[in-house]
Amino acid sequence: MKRESVISGTTAERPADRTGRTLRIGAAVVVAVLLCAVPSQTDVYTTFLATQALVFGLLAVGVGVLTGHAGLATMGQVAPYAVGAYTTAWLTRQDITNGLVHLAVAALAAALFSAITGPVVIRARGVVVIMLTLAVGELTATAANQWKSFTGGTDGLAGIPATRVLPGTPELLNEDQVYVYVLVVTAVVAGVTALVLRSPAGLLLAGCRENEARMRAAGHPVDRYLLIAYIGAGAIGGIGGALLITYQRYVSPEDVGFDVSALALLAVVIGGVRSITGALAGAALIVFTRDWLGGWWPGHAPLFLGLLFLVAVYVLPDGAAGFAGRARAFGRGIRSRNPDAAKSEAA
Amino acid sequence: MNGSLETVELRRAYGSFVAVDGVDLTVGPGARRALIGPNGAGKTTLLNLIAGTDRPTGGRILWQGRDVTWHSQRRRFRAGIGRTFQHPSVVPGRTVLDNVLLGAWHRPATSRLRLPGRTVRELTGECRDILATLGLADLADRQAGDLSHGQRRMIDLATALAGRPRLLLLDEPAAGLTDDGIAALLDALRELPETVAVVLVEHNLDVVAAFAHEVTVLHHGRPLATGTPAEVQADEAVREAYLGRRKVTEAV
Repeated sequence: MKRESVISGTTAERPADRTGRTLRIGAAVVVAVLLCAVPSQTDVYTTFLATQALVFGLLAVGVGVLTGHAGLATMGQVAPYAVGAYTTAWLTRQDITNGLVHLAVAALAAALFSAITGPVVIRARGVVVIMLTLAVGELTATAANQWKSFTGGTDGLAGIPATRVLPGTPELLNEDQVYVYVLVVTAVVAGVTALVLRSPAGLLLAGCRENEARMRAAGHPVDRYLLIAYIGAGAIGGIGGALLITYQRYVSPEDVGFDVSALALLAVVIGGVRSITGALAGAALIVFTRDWLGGWWPGHAPLFLGLLFLVAVYVLPDGAAGFAGRARAFGRGIRSRNPDAAKSEAA
Repeated sequence: MNGSLETVELRRAYGSFVAVDGVDLTVGPGARRALIGPNGAGKTTLLNLIAGTDRPTGGRILWQGRDVTWHSQRRRFRAGIGRTFQHPSVVPGRTVLDNVLLGAWHRPATSRLRLPGRTVRELTGECRDILATLGLADLADRQAGDLSHGQRRMIDLATALAGRPRLLLLDEPAAGLTDDGIAALLDALRELPETVAVVLVEHNLDVVAAFAHEVTVLHHGRPLATGTPAEVQADEAVREAYLGRRKVTEAV
């Protein structure tokens, strides 16, 4: 199998690759149009759910970066998410409602938090990473419960003023405005993350994930790479936390609990651990299964999530992104068995 | 001594089992030294200690006159110590070119140029040259995990060479190679600059005889004999260690 090197990008493009790329671009355009049409074509509740799915998707993107790319399966990405959310809530109490300031400070606070907790996590591997990150997440949730002066304890923080994108601009008061803001921020963060992972930084993480011994023997500071990835994923989580405040205008320990961590990891498993779009799609599927489908049969949301997980594990072992890859490989297989079709495609 | 490797009373014990037992080894600049011995003699452990993959429980390692006993693998790599692995070590999900590039990434000459951009692309050209030298140019864009054992072994070597080592540690590079593969390997090793010292751990004595100028035989973690391949082959203690006393007697 030929693979394009992300560094040199010199592999000759085959007709099948061109077709695949055209299909991907076409699918991306369709998805973009559908996402843009959500406020005008759906009711308020669906728009709210879509916003929730985007925010949760950003949390899942951070999980995907760590689990799929750095090889550190995490159950604690909710911790920087909480730091970002509570930091943003604190900013609003200082009458700072500027959305861009929220995003920047939340990202910085979450990155700093990850820089402090990271050195403990990145030295471990495998199941130990899951346990350590779970501990970090649970300790953060406990702090959110106990540090009442800052977090409001179990009551949470309510009455958070609406976000303004920039000083002087109107407040984001209705669901449609909030949705568009969250959509733009999510698209930018996911896009930047995808670009970074397609750069040589992605190659370095792949090396650490797939053959740490070789990387160390070649002089690579593996721990430093993993720490940077951990901090970067933390910053993404922090931005997700800031968006949580923007759309929900309320935060409590329930928003940053264990079940959120578990569902974020599930989203990544469903979508494909090394796919940004897969993580976003997995998150959307979970939110709509839990809150939209669950709304049709009240009290059955956990059952639907369980079924979703089973289907994902048995039908999509590599996630939705892996399924797309297998479909492409299947298509190539059919073309290779049908030379005439391949020739006409090449022509 | 500058440009040389020296181990002094090097020792590695795992509990009561002593894998390397007080080894004194000197490898000069440009030397071609082979380490041979029966399974469990401590050859790979010694290589791991020199590369920094493992830490000794006693003794010292000097490289170019500096004590590097407790230096990290990264520091040793940047000081010019490169290695291959007993089991071919590649990043399976990336292309062969990416693998070799990872080997060149932190070599001393490019240590200040880590960010992506033009420099990385220049390195890519050099990596392609290395692959071409080893006869692997056609594999450059193949996924490393899709390749055969022998091809992976050569890519492991290419990755090590991309770091421009001054001391190259090779752990059974001929294991699993076909005759053609061994010939290609020997051609590649003969192309190495004379300034590069090589320590070769190898079971294939034909490869050792074809490549090494000096051979050290390890037995139970200790050097049993050192000399030219012919001298070592004629050494009765060595033959006994390899074949056992009875068989040597029968052979004589």
